[in-house]
Amino acid sequence: MPARMSSRAPAGFCRSLPELGLLLLLVFVLLQGSVFPHGADASADTSHHGGDGCSSTHVKEINRTKKAFPVLSFEYEHIKTPFEVSIWVLFASLMKLGFHLVPRLSSIVPESCLLIVVGLLVGGLSKLIGDTELPKLDSKNFFLVLLPPIILDAGYFLPIRPFMENLGTILMFAVVGTLWNAFFIGSLLFAVCQIPAAGLTHLGLLSCLLFGSIISAVDPVAVLAVFEEIHINELLHILVFGESLLNDAVTVVLYHLFEEFSVFGPVTVLDGFLGVISFLVVALGGVLVGAIYGIVAAFTSRFTSHMRVIEPLFVFVYSYIAYLSAELFHLSGIMALIACGAVMRPYVEANISHKSHTTIKYFLKMWSSVSETLIFILLGVATVGGPHNWNWIFVTATVFLCLVARVMGVVGLTFIINKFRIVKLTTKDQFIVAYGGLRGAIAFSLGFLLEHEDEDMKHIFLTAIITVIFFTVFVQGMTIKPLVELLAVKKKQEAKRSINEEIHIQFLDHLLTGIEDICGHYGHHHWKDKLNRFNRKYVKKCLIAGERSKEPQLIAFYHKLEFKQAIQLVESGAGGKLSSALPSTVSIQNIQPKKPPPAPETRERVLPQLPKAREEEIRKILRSNLQRTRQRLRSYNRHTLVADPFEDGFSDLLKKQKMFELEKKIKEMNNYLSVPAATSDSPTLRRARLASDPQSYNVKPDADGVPTIQVELASPQSPDSVNIVNIVDEVKRDREKDEDMGLTMKPPSAPSKQGAEEDAKDQQKLMRCLSDPGPSADEGEDDPFLP
Amino acid sequence: MGGTQTRVTQLDPDLVERTGFSPEQINNLHKRFQQLSENKETISRESLNRIPALANNPIRSQIIEAFFDKRNQHGSEVGSLEEITFEQFLMVMSHFPPPNSGNDRRGEGGVLFNMHDTNGDGTITLAEYRKVVEELLSKCGTIGQEAAKEITDAAMLEVASTNVPHMGPEDFYEGITFEHFEQILKGLEMESRMHIRFLDTATVHCGKS
Repeated sequence: MPARMSSRAPAGFCRSLPELGLLLLLVFVLLQGSVFPHGADASADTSHHGGDGCSSTHVKEINRTKKAFPVLSFEYEHIKTPFEVSIWVLFASLMKLGFHLVPRLSSIVPESCLLIVVGLLVGGLSKLIGDTELPKLDSKNFFLVLLPPIILDAGYFLPIRPFMENLGTILMFAVVGTLWNAFFIGSLLFAVCQIPAAGLTHLGLLSCLLFGSIISAVDPVAVLAVFEEIHINELLHILVFGESLLNDAVTVVLYHLFEEFSVFGPVTVLDGFLGVISFLVVALGGVLVGAIYGIVAAFTSRFTSHMRVIEPLFVFVYSYIAYLSAELFHLSGIMALIACGAVMRPYVEANISHKSHTTIKYFLKMWSSVSETLIFILLGVATVGGPHNWNWIFVTATVFLCLVARVMGVVGLTFIINKFRIVKLTTKDQFIVAYGGLRGAIAFSLGFLLEHEDEDMKHIFLTAIITVIFFTVFVQGMTIKPLVELLAVKKKQEAKRSINEEIHIQFLDHLLTGIEDICGHYGHHHWKDKLNRFNRKYVKKCLIAGERSKEPQLIAFYHKLEFKQAIQLVESGAGGKLSSALPSTVSIQNIQPKKPPPAPETRERVLPQLPKAREEEIRKILRSNLQRTRQRLRSYNRHTLVADPFEDGFSDLLKKQKMFELEKKIKEMNNYLSVPAATSDSPTLRRARLASDPQSYNVKPDADGVPTIQVELASPQSPDSVNIVNIVDEVKRDREKDEDMGLTMKPPSAPSKQGAEEDAKDQQKLMRCLSDPGPSADEGEDDPFLP
Repeated sequence: MGGTQTRVTQLDPDLVERTGFSPEQINNLHKRFQQLSENKETISRESLNRIPALANNPIRSQIIEAFFDKRNQHGSEVGSLEEITFEQFLMVMSHFPPPNSGNDRRGEGGVLFNMHDTNGDGTITLAEYRKVVEELLSKCGTIGQEAAKEITDAAMLEVASTNVPHMGPEDFYEGITFEHFEQILKGLEMESRMHIRFLDTATVHCGKS
């Protein structure tokens, strides 16, 4: 979904400045449209003044060079097109910024409306100024340049699970609903046109049906723009949005069908039949093309491990080519794009680096955001500029019929659908679905594309289309938010999926599959399970590089979750508030069994386990104890002074490697600890428990007397490097308690020093503190590790 | 099969009320039961084990156990049975009603809970939970086993944090109780998922088991 760039409102007096800047830019835009071409023409004219022959121009040039050499010349034609495009893109983006500076505007009026208004203003101004050439919402530009980024963004980030679960419903709405809309509106409009008073009798049935097919489709751009801001629950969002995406196939087929027929006369049954076949070909063909390109892209990404920088390029280019290929054959380009993005995503994400993932995400959001903005502005401009033919009856009939058709369609279809759904759609849901059927720029472009000898009719259509678009975007777009609040429609849950939920969902899937197998029925769980197994066995091996191909989904999910948490932790900074959603004091020791398992097991647990398990344990403990040890961190955390060792990227592998080294060091330190037989927990756990000991806080007063290092809150610290300090602390305190001897740092540090020569910078930082020939064994333990 | 058909419903007319299935659905299930039990009166674990499609299911043993678990019989007994009759089979199946039966069973997390809580003490301890995760990952080799421990720890920690936010360092969280379990499931709308949609059509593939 396109993200909105939001900027915080600066202090009061600054607000006028950006607006002034915007105004200046606006004037500049208009000027360049009007003045400069004249300027360019002027210079072109002078060069032809002398005559047509090249000799004369040549003479002219020679003559001209006799004058002073032009130090500064002005040649606009050369850069005209890129310059104008850039100015428009810049203008659109500045508008977006500008909206958020005005305090309450963006919460009342959706952005799409504001942008259309801006477009109207620009168009109006340009008309006032006079003869200017403004970029039109050209169908070619629209379909080839402006639309693909938005659709790719939607397709790549499509939530697959809810989409698939509701696929039947979505298809019903998209196919049957759109067909119903088209025919209902078309035929009733034809009836309206028969009224002599309207003066529209020249519009044939097929023309009306053609118009109906253009106006009936719900527009993904408009839906995205409006629904993004209202945060309704996932089900409704996916229903309306999925419908807007999938109805493209229907629209394409109907449009071409009626366009053909309105030119070539009467329709036969064979034609109708061919139309149905055509629909299937268009839809499935589009999906197939997209899927093929998606698989090729996934396969390509398998080999990009040495050339990480161009990974995002593959995603974008393959998707775009998929779109163009589908358009080549008159298949549904939108469905191809969606299929491509959705198919390639799981495999590509397993292969590419974290940075590439971020790049893809932000580029897609950026492009789709700019595209959307441009589309709405240009829509406004085209409204002012375009030739209009306002016919009251036609326009009002259109608007009215659109609404009625939508409501009737949704209600009727829901009635049928609810018979097959487990989670029924309530009346509230139906209302939102019906109300969310917004029309947008696709309808406009399709209308623009119409080639009909009757220009008059085309203008009538365009006017009506624009009116409907304006009505849906302004009226429905603005009121849907308060209505959602009023009707108390369920909002999107902010909580992310937790590991528990993932476990249980998988469990339930397997359970239901098993029950189906016991009952001998091949239900949809069975097939889903088969597909998953096929995926795991063959497809993943082929498309995912290296070890990750064997990683089961639960583990992949878990690692992703851990990763995100670690990053969150680092970003929030150890000194800041802990960003965990659950401020709780529960930690690992609370859930470990209290009853000591028999002694042999104890031995097992103390012995070094497999590195990975241990490191995860440590990581968890560290994280969970971070809250408590934060206090002490402030005084002696010199790691903030050094460059952030994690700048190079948070790649899993790197982290794991570091954790492994960390673990090795702790293991070595372990060897110097005596493990009291009383408790059966592993040393790490004991240390953890001691960390929460009230005793540990007594340390603080001592620390104050010692020169402390201020913690740089801004710089992200790695929780790992920070906490190793505390672990060492606790280790020492342990030893003190148990052995009650003076402690010298040297023994533990010595072997640690050996391990110091690692690649990663942070290891060296750690080593610097660990290997410090610390102060002699007294309360000086709590000193910072100052040399 | 016609004779058996009428016999089943005659045998126990209140089966319909007790399980919530329609007579036709009960008949379909009965046919399947006959298949599985090879026309005997009861089925044992082996007969369920023999189903080939189940071989790929990682939690197969737990599913089969669920059928033989007394707690799923809507009674209050604990323990497990050796063999089950058709009636008991139906009782377990009734936890998964078909979607439009109007059988709005709340608290269906029960059968799931019982599947996790193998020793029947009313809580899912860390060890039991770990076993669940291990089973889920059982098809994935050694990676699965190591990761199972971490995942279980993280999951348990999360449940404890959500439900009992403030525990002192010496407190101990015994395990997931039924209420906590339902809390987890609430987010997933589990009740809406626990349906099997097939019971209206004849499900029997004769000759295949």
